[in-house]
Amino acid sequence: MINYILRRLLYVLPVLVGVNILTFVLFFVVNTPDDMARMQLGDKYVSQAAVDNWKAQRGYDLPLLWNEQEQGFAKAYKTIFFEKSVGLLVFDLGASDNGRDIVADISQRMWPSLAIAIPSLIFGVLANITFALLLIFYRGSYLEFGGLFICITLMSISGLFYIIAGQYFIGKLLVLTPISGYAPGMDAVRFIILPVLIGVVGGLGSGVRWYRTLFLEESAKDYVRTAKAKGLSDLQILFKHVLKNAMIPILTGIVVILPLLFMGSLITESFFGIPGLGSYTIDAISSQDFAIVRSMVFLGSFLYIIGLLLTDISYTLVDPRVRLD
Amino acid sequence: MSKLITHAIVIFFLLFLSACSDKALNNPYSQADENGKIIYTAFSERPKHLDPAKAYSSNEYAIIAQVYEPLFQYHYLKRPYQLEPLLAASMPTVTYFNHEGVQLPVDVLDADIAYSEYQLSIRPEVHFQPHPSFNEGLHTKLPADWKGDDVYSLPLSTRQLTSDDFIYQIKRLADPVTQSPIAGLMAKYIVGFTEFSKKQAALKKQHPALRKTQRLQSESMWGVKRIDALHFSIRIKGKYPQFVNWLAMPFFAPMPWEADEFYSHSYLQKKNISLDWFPVGTGPYYLRENNPNRRMVLAKNPNFHDEFYPTQGAKDSREKGLLNDAGKKLPLTDKVIFSLEKESIPYWNKFLQGYYDSSGISSDSFDQAVSFSAAGEVGLTQDMVGRGIGLQTAVTTSSYYMGFNMLDKVVGGYTEKAKKLRQAISIVVDYEEYISIFQNGRGVPAQSIIPPGIFGHIAGNKGINPTVYTLQNGLIRRPVDDAKALLAEAGYANGIDPSTAKPLVLYFDTMDSGPDSKARLNWLRKQFNKLNIQLVVRGTDYNRFQEKMRNGNSQMFMWGWNADYPDPENFLFLLYGKNAKAVHGGENAANYQNAQFDALFETMSTMDNTPQRQAIINRMIDITRDDAPWLWGFHPKAFSLHHAWYKNVNPNLMANNKTKYINIDPTLRQHYQATWNKPVYWPLAVLLLIFICLLMPAYVIYRRIERSTAL
Repeated sequence: MINYILRRLLYVLPVLVGVNILTFVLFFVVNTPDDMARMQLGDKYVSQAAVDNWKAQRGYDLPLLWNEQEQGFAKAYKTIFFEKSVGLLVFDLGASDNGRDIVADISQRMWPSLAIAIPSLIFGVLANITFALLLIFYRGSYLEFGGLFICITLMSISGLFYIIAGQYFIGKLLVLTPISGYAPGMDAVRFIILPVLIGVVGGLGSGVRWYRTLFLEESAKDYVRTAKAKGLSDLQILFKHVLKNAMIPILTGIVVILPLLFMGSLITESFFGIPGLGSYTIDAISSQDFAIVRSMVFLGSFLYIIGLLLTDISYTLVDPRVRLD
Repeated sequence: MSKLITHAIVIFFLLFLSACSDKALNNPYSQADENGKIIYTAFSERPKHLDPAKAYSSNEYAIIAQVYEPLFQYHYLKRPYQLEPLLAASMPTVTYFNHEGVQLPVDVLDADIAYSEYQLSIRPEVHFQPHPSFNEGLHTKLPADWKGDDVYSLPLSTRQLTSDDFIYQIKRLADPVTQSPIAGLMAKYIVGFTEFSKKQAALKKQHPALRKTQRLQSESMWGVKRIDALHFSIRIKGKYPQFVNWLAMPFFAPMPWEADEFYSHSYLQKKNISLDWFPVGTGPYYLRENNPNRRMVLAKNPNFHDEFYPTQGAKDSREKGLLNDAGKKLPLTDKVIFSLEKESIPYWNKFLQGYYDSSGISSDSFDQAVSFSAAGEVGLTQDMVGRGIGLQTAVTTSSYYMGFNMLDKVVGGYTEKAKKLRQAISIVVDYEEYISIFQNGRGVPAQSIIPPGIFGHIAGNKGINPTVYTLQNGLIRRPVDDAKALLAEAGYANGIDPSTAKPLVLYFDTMDSGPDSKARLNWLRKQFNKLNIQLVVRGTDYNRFQEKMRNGNSQMFMWGWNADYPDPENFLFLLYGKNAKAVHGGENAANYQNAQFDALFETMSTMDNTPQRQAIINRMIDITRDDAPWLWGFHPKAFSLHHAWYKNVNPNLMANNKTKYINIDPTLRQHYQATWNKPVYWPLAVLLLIFICLLMPAYVIYRRIERSTAL
């Protein structure tokens, strides 16, 4: 397994370089260094000299990919691409074009994102699995039809509606939680109850239907019939045996997103005033801050690859038949 | 398993109890932040800069104008806007010099003035806020055991303000490393500014390791001279009376060199603790907490110098209760909490719950807050009145206009034909309707380039734009037939372009091309349809739009301008030929160039506010109304709501440091908050009941399934 992990980790390098090139090309197709400078310097009284000065101080006065004015290897490395990319490969994210240290910003903003994302994931998965198993248990009854109808209704409603309606009913009419905001430490509990509840309810429709499909497939297998013949109750079969055997697809869905949880959720964080990472990348795109965009895309890709690797490893834990060579 | 469940329940209840207290369940503030003289407000996006040399946006000024103080400020109550000393001991004395450096008499002709010198004296006994940077020992080494990110946990100190701090800040403005947005503008005026800037760039290149403070202090700027610890002078090129308005902006607030030195620690930089985020000023507040991702807290500066609430104001200040705190020492509150609130809906709901003291009115909540009487007067709805909420309205010193590119072959130029085409369009684009539909009535149709509240603006019937309006039982827009006649005289009878024999096609460039702007753009097309002109909207992104404007490739566009200072020069310069954007890179986006207008502008810009100046402005306005390089558009009207406990609210569109005048009645706030935020529990009981009801059939089916046989 060690060999497998090392091999997979070696694959990371070309993937990350490819992602970096793609990000660079896409960003600079839309924005030129002059545009970036003007965006940072504002609308009023901006002269070309100020734009040139801004570029020179941040290294955006070099050619993008190929420096004709240099000799030898310098043609390749005295470019914006090389200078802005080389640090990433050793995880030196550097400073944003606005001058702020990116690692410090991420490490400050990831915790509120995690405070929302982890409980939402845990409670969401538990609720989804429980309701999905109950729908299987009540298969064929009007409770199942009713449950499916509710699931489809929940799926059909926009995520934004849950947020606005939740804030209106629970925060405004019932006055049970703050409408928005955040506080560090234990006080955070008051602020995360509502977004977590909305996150869980909002994901219930699609989640339950997805898990129901998995469990339906599993419950049609021979061992279920055998267990039933041996006299086990339906609830025991579902919650002990079917659930255990359906763990591989469940893990595929969950483990892969674990490393990405800290990236946060744009809409939830915006509406609840959560100081997380959800809007970090989108704000950077709006303000044409290439340093943040490349760092976040790089980090996102890396974490996604790590997530896939962790998924593979987790298979060996839940199913002894799986071997990684 | 059962033990695990028991533990989970205990932990849940512990968490629940820890979150409970005697305060309302929905109160977003901690107990430490409640019930004092605290202003609760919000910010929707984190400020880019809090360094006064760089900051230039209203959301940045909301913070730094309370921390940094320039030499002058606008009187809070008096109108028209009036400058008064803030850190200055008195208003400046200005002396004029010719090219040889010989002092000239006060009544000398403007053309003879080569330099103006501002003699500035500063108030004695002003101290900076407490800050670790004033402990010089910390400049070289931070305490080994200090690993925090709160600079105020370090030993604090202060020192007296001197003229050196103002000079240091002017050097920072010129330093290319700072990248101040007004560096280019100031280089045109302050003597020696450009040379200093070049020397600094060269020094930085030659000695990259040289510390910034050393570099800046190693050279002097010729036009800025220290006289003594409390006096200094600034020499500018020519005569520029508006320079004193710039001295009232945070750009010219004093900066202690120690702050630059302290924040140069690499450890602090790694923690994002820099002068750009943690200001050091003399103002009524200091930035005690700065998490731009969550909240920022201003606390009362214990070293704040003596400043008192004004004892005089405008005519109606006393009636409005704006002099109730006259003579009291400022600031009137202890703390200001800015919370991150990105969306307008939660902000509005929290304002209604009493957790924000004041609020603007978004389109979503406009009908809930504002009602119009049968006579068209603006008022609050019964709900708002019942809550004791007050409404404040003010026409802003801004202009939103539609410009013609005067370099364009069809709509531009100065021929009669082109002029009449622009005049015809000016008549048919109905800004009254625009304001009513898209601004909820919050705006005033513009009659000229100068907004109300600025010298040069003429209110009432005398100030109407005869090109567009006429007086018939009140002010009305000229009929479309007049526009059609003008269009025919322009050579486009019935809107037909003779070169194609088809309706004239005009192009409107905008970066407003999302779904939200569709209605607005359709409305605009309809306005042009009145003349049978086909309007083609060319939507583009911000970068390309700016590029088109810089290169003069647009035909028509929408643009806006907010006053930097209350002087007509700050608006009329938007049509000054030497500011043409595509030609000289200035702020004249329409690229309007009229020699007569330019000559009048040059005379007017250096004059005091006299009847002679008004006469010149009138002539300039007449010229521009006739040439019609802009559709004058509208001046937005700002509506703001505030709770009954929020006192001394007075619209002052020039002052950024208004927070120190605001007073809070915390007892009244507490009373209202308690009334409005009583939790409602019965729906939870109903939900529980519904759940139990659902369990019954589930249990019945469960029993049936359990009892059933496999086959």
